[in-house]
Amino acid sequence: MATITLKGLAHSYLAQPGDPHTHPQDYAIQALDHVWKQGGAYALLGPSGCGKSTLLNIISGLLSPSQGEVLFDDRVVNALTPEKRNIAQVFQFPVVYDAMTVEENLAFPLKNIKMPKAQIKIKVREIADLLELTDSLDKKAKNLSADQKQKVSMARGLVREDVSAILFDEPLTVIDPNLKWKLRRKLKQIHEQLNITMLYVTHDQLEAATFADEIALMYQGKIVQFGSPQELFERPNHTFVGYFIGSPGMNFIPIKKSEKGKKNEKDKGRVFYQNISLAISGSQQEALKSCHSANLKLGIRPEFIELSETSEANSFAASVLSVQHLGSYQLVVVDFSGLEMQVRVAEKMQFSGATVYLVFPSQWLKLYIDEYLVGEPVLVNKGDYKNESKGGNHE
Amino acid sequence: MNKVPNNKAWWLVLPMFLLVAFSAIIPLMTVVNYSLQDIFDQNTAYFVGVEWYQETLRNTRLHDSLLRQFGFSFSVLIIEIPLGIAVALMMPTRGWQASTVLILLALPLLIPWNVVGTIWQVFARGDIGLFGWTLNNLGIDYNYTSNPLDAWLTVLLMDVWHWTSLVALLCYSGLRAIPDAYYQAAKIDRASGWAVFWYIQLPRLRNVLVIGVLLRFMDSFMIYTEPFVLTGGGPGTSTTFLSQTLTQMAIGQFDIGPAAAFSLVYFLIVLLVSWLFFTTITHMEKSDNGNKHDK
Repeated sequence: MATITLKGLAHSYLAQPGDPHTHPQDYAIQALDHVWKQGGAYALLGPSGCGKSTLLNIISGLLSPSQGEVLFDDRVVNALTPEKRNIAQVFQFPVVYDAMTVEENLAFPLKNIKMPKAQIKIKVREIADLLELTDSLDKKAKNLSADQKQKVSMARGLVREDVSAILFDEPLTVIDPNLKWKLRRKLKQIHEQLNITMLYVTHDQLEAATFADEIALMYQGKIVQFGSPQELFERPNHTFVGYFIGSPGMNFIPIKKSEKGKKNEKDKGRVFYQNISLAISGSQQEALKSCHSANLKLGIRPEFIELSETSEANSFAASVLSVQHLGSYQLVVVDFSGLEMQVRVAEKMQFSGATVYLVFPSQWLKLYIDEYLVGEPVLVNKGDYKNESKGGNHE
Repeated sequence: MNKVPNNKAWWLVLPMFLLVAFSAIIPLMTVVNYSLQDIFDQNTAYFVGVEWYQETLRNTRLHDSLLRQFGFSFSVLIIEIPLGIAVALMMPTRGWQASTVLILLALPLLIPWNVVGTIWQVFARGDIGLFGWTLNNLGIDYNYTSNPLDAWLTVLLMDVWHWTSLVALLCYSGLRAIPDAYYQAAKIDRASGWAVFWYIQLPRLRNVLVIGVLLRFMDSFMIYTEPFVLTGGGPGTSTTFLSQTLTQMAIGQFDIGPAAAFSLVYFLIVLLVSWLFFTTITHMEKSDNGNKHDK
């Protein structure tokens, strides 16, 4: 059991990578600092190829990072082999020792740490019961189906209690959807029982949200946001988080500070998309003041846009392109002055006209400068979170 | 679709049939024919029934050489299989070292049998051969031309030198086929090097080892050229193996009848051993998949 700290971690698969600052494309992981607290259930979420598995293998010691340190509690473990780090890892594709029975497979990690035989038997039974493998204990692991094999591999990861952490590398890829859900809950239960740090790599946001208390979202070798599923949804720190989390992802409106270079006193507190002016909050105006970047965007989630058929104050006209009925809600794609936007509305809402009116509630309208979120009221208890949001170096 | 019956097509099989008859069936039947007769010259032959077979089975010279043969094949397997595995495990896995070692290992396999025999004949001599000379100078009384044990050991050593590479190369390819994930999982499970070998590498080498054992058994069971060149079967009959005994009988003494009977018995022994291997392997596979059905 340990708190895992990553300090200035960078990793490149190239033999001679360039400097991380000038050649970021050489790196699978870039200058990463992070702390996984003892006993937490974390998910590492991100698209394929963002460096999740690399990061996991660095933590377990299967890979040695090009730069930076990995600490378990206060101990630097860079030089330690996976055996010495005392970590459990479950891989994406099932690895079972096919010459052994299921029982022998589960006992294998315990036998290797020289646990007394009687104790091994009890422990193996316990884990087998937990993962519903008791009936197959005597079978040869070779003859199991893929999902059974993966259960065996997971059980092997869970069977040792004294591990520093258990790492899961997309363990449910080969398992069919019904069982997936069940196993995820099982993992959660096991986490509650054992109080071991668990780190779960996945590219599926639903999987991440059901398993983890906190999610680290990775993008291009960096953790762009770390927080609860709700935080990731409501306050995406980076446009990529907005786009990746939620279904569908956030709508982004490219904006300018002023309308075609004109300075106008009545434009104060407003930004422009084409000739449409949108109001922004005080703190957003503050952030915008000191910024010279032209890469400005407003983001709003499809769930938070209010749609009606009648024009109101603050509402904007848009034409309906398509409507999809998705069971519990309908997804309306609208053309907002040349910009395609997606709006989620209740299934029961009826509208007939080709023109609708959109309202963007100001608390859900997020300002992004150079892809990073700015101008949000500061959250008191989220130190690291705040730092991240200022990381957009918009000077 | 209309099927046109055309029995003329059978003629197409004829060339193949003639070829097989000429190269296999007729010679084999000739041997069977010989084994039932006592032949003095081209015009004088007596039918003797199973007499030659009875004699063959009672012939102590053949018994001895059969025993020697089994002893030799067994020793070959006992040494070459573990040694080959060990060599494969120690081989580098990538880079120029890997290719170099592969080429070096393949070299003995490229040398013709009788050249191997000649090499060892010179190599093991006490006066001009490095191996024999070194042993003698170390104070070991070694002479493969007069001491039966020395001769036997030299033949064995020669076979090990010649053929261990084959086992090693087979195992090497088997080892390369094991996905990295297994080694990673073993590391995570804190398996010792021995446990990795015993539970991961060895089980996955099984298929190549079956081939290795079969090839080495068959090759060593019919070994002829190398001991013939090296020791000529001597001293005495200490390194006279089955094939050589048979050749002596058939061509040396021109005992065509007994030699024919004996070669058929030899053939049956090879068939029997191959069948034993085959059934053992299929049985092993069956028992492995056996509990698939009671899921």
